[in-house]
Amino acid sequence: MAMQFYASPEQIMRDRSELARKGIARGRSSVVVSYTGGVLFVAENLSSTLHKVSEIYDRIGFAAVGRYNEFENLRRAGVRMADLNGLSYDRRDVTGLALANSYAQILGAIFTEQSKPFEVEICVAEVGATPEEDSLYRCTYDGSVTDEPGRMAMGGQAEAISGVLKSNHRPDMSLADAVKVAVQALGSVGGEGGAARTIAGDQLEVAILDRSRVGRTFRRITGAALTALLDGDAAGGSAAEGGRAQTPTTPTEEGHKPTTSAGSADLEDKPGDNSGT
Amino acid sequence: MFTNAGTSSFTAFLSKVAPEMLPGRRALPPGMAADLAPHATTIVAIAASGGVVMAGDRRATMGNLIAQRDIEKVHPADAYSLVGIAGTAGIGIELMRLFQVELEHYEKIEGAMLSLDGKANRLASMIRGNLGAAMQGLAVIPLFAGIDLAASDPARAGRIFSFDVTGGPYEETGYDAIGSGSLFAKSALKKRYRTGLSVDDAVRLAVEALYDAADDDTATGGPDLTRRIYPVVMTATAEGTHRLTDAETSAIAESVVAGRMENPGG
Repeated sequence: MAMQFYASPEQIMRDRSELARKGIARGRSSVVVSYTGGVLFVAENLSSTLHKVSEIYDRIGFAAVGRYNEFENLRRAGVRMADLNGLSYDRRDVTGLALANSYAQILGAIFTEQSKPFEVEICVAEVGATPEEDSLYRCTYDGSVTDEPGRMAMGGQAEAISGVLKSNHRPDMSLADAVKVAVQALGSVGGEGGAARTIAGDQLEVAILDRSRVGRTFRRITGAALTALLDGDAAGGSAAEGGRAQTPTTPTEEGHKPTTSAGSADLEDKPGDNSGT
Repeated sequence: MFTNAGTSSFTAFLSKVAPEMLPGRRALPPGMAADLAPHATTIVAIAASGGVVMAGDRRATMGNLIAQRDIEKVHPADAYSLVGIAGTAGIGIELMRLFQVELEHYEKIEGAMLSLDGKANRLASMIRGNLGAAMQGLAVIPLFAGIDLAASDPARAGRIFSFDVTGGPYEETGYDAIGSGSLFAKSALKKRYRTGLSVDDAVRLAVEALYDAADDDTATGGPDLTRRIYPVVMTATAEGTHRLTDAETSAIAESVVAGRMENPGG
């Protein structure tokens, strides 16, 4: 009979952690921050179709770093859980916390039971009524969850990026300023000899959860709107943001009827209000 | 079960993890159950230039009783399409909610919206799933209309699909109606419908057709001026779906009623 060599549980966990950590640190980074008008996701991503940032539900977004097949699997699971709960109960009963807990269970089980842990780190972000009420949950490869204070960075040299974010980010920023801070933080590492670098717009994936919207709040910012945000002065930024942050739409009764589709244009701003997103 | 590679279809996912949430999967005791639950009645849909209009009366009946005066039977299916339901109200509402989630779920998982034909086919298979219950009297028939974003001629982008209890879809030209008053509504539309109607004209025409249905069908409710209950009217255009406000529908309904004071036949 073949004898297995003894390895202590401690050793096994350490090896798995190391594998996961190395895998995550190899990839490009993502940043999630709160700003006045909502929650902003910025990810460095060469592909325009293989997303690192996605919509989960009305007020919940998802950002991930690491292996694509693994976090894509988790993203689909999240959409399924959210849609199932939303149908069984009500759209308002789908929360970021419940989702983060489910992810923690899934990731924790994979970490301890499977031979290879998932090499991913994910962020579940839920936009609230004010920046203080936003919640950002960080779920790591071993199943631990942390509640982040309005900003977080994942993947690559996440610690260095977090440092830059911490010194520059404030929750009362405009969208244009928040994008600038996020891109600056992402570009603060990885240049020649550890210097800062500039990241072109076509290498960025940018999306927001728009606080002022009713129903589905997730919007991608691409093309001209993104370019305007990146090169624009304050004026360009506010044009892209529209006047919406100043005049939030009041959530109406209509929006909460169980039979109202969250994608309905009635829940959006009136035509003519140039959203830029 | 959530992390299986699986499918982009929410109903296919439900059939694996929670089959009891699919209306067609419930075992029913034998016998007819037609008089068990309220029935939703007339819905009309009209294809206009650059959009579609769908309107429904507000009455639900149970035998000779009015079960509800202000039921809402026309809803947005997603950002560019509308669905109206006739038949057993409870199952209809459930199917419609499921259909809304189905479309949104696909869009989120795949990152792209289904084509209009894809949506109609999906709805057909969901209706077919309810065939057993339909044969026992708990039938639900939807009417589906929307904007085909891939249409070559934007003026003809509005399309209407009808269904029967065995599925469908059947694409309709110009206009269609379902429910107990549909015979009268369709007769009215047949005489008044012209191709290339504007969306506003189609809205008026839809309210007129519902008035004609209510005129001759007891299960269809006309505009209720005393309680201020008016038909639900929705439009779908390239800008998205829109439900006319109560003020807008009341203005149209009042002018239709005023017209009928002069000429009851319209």
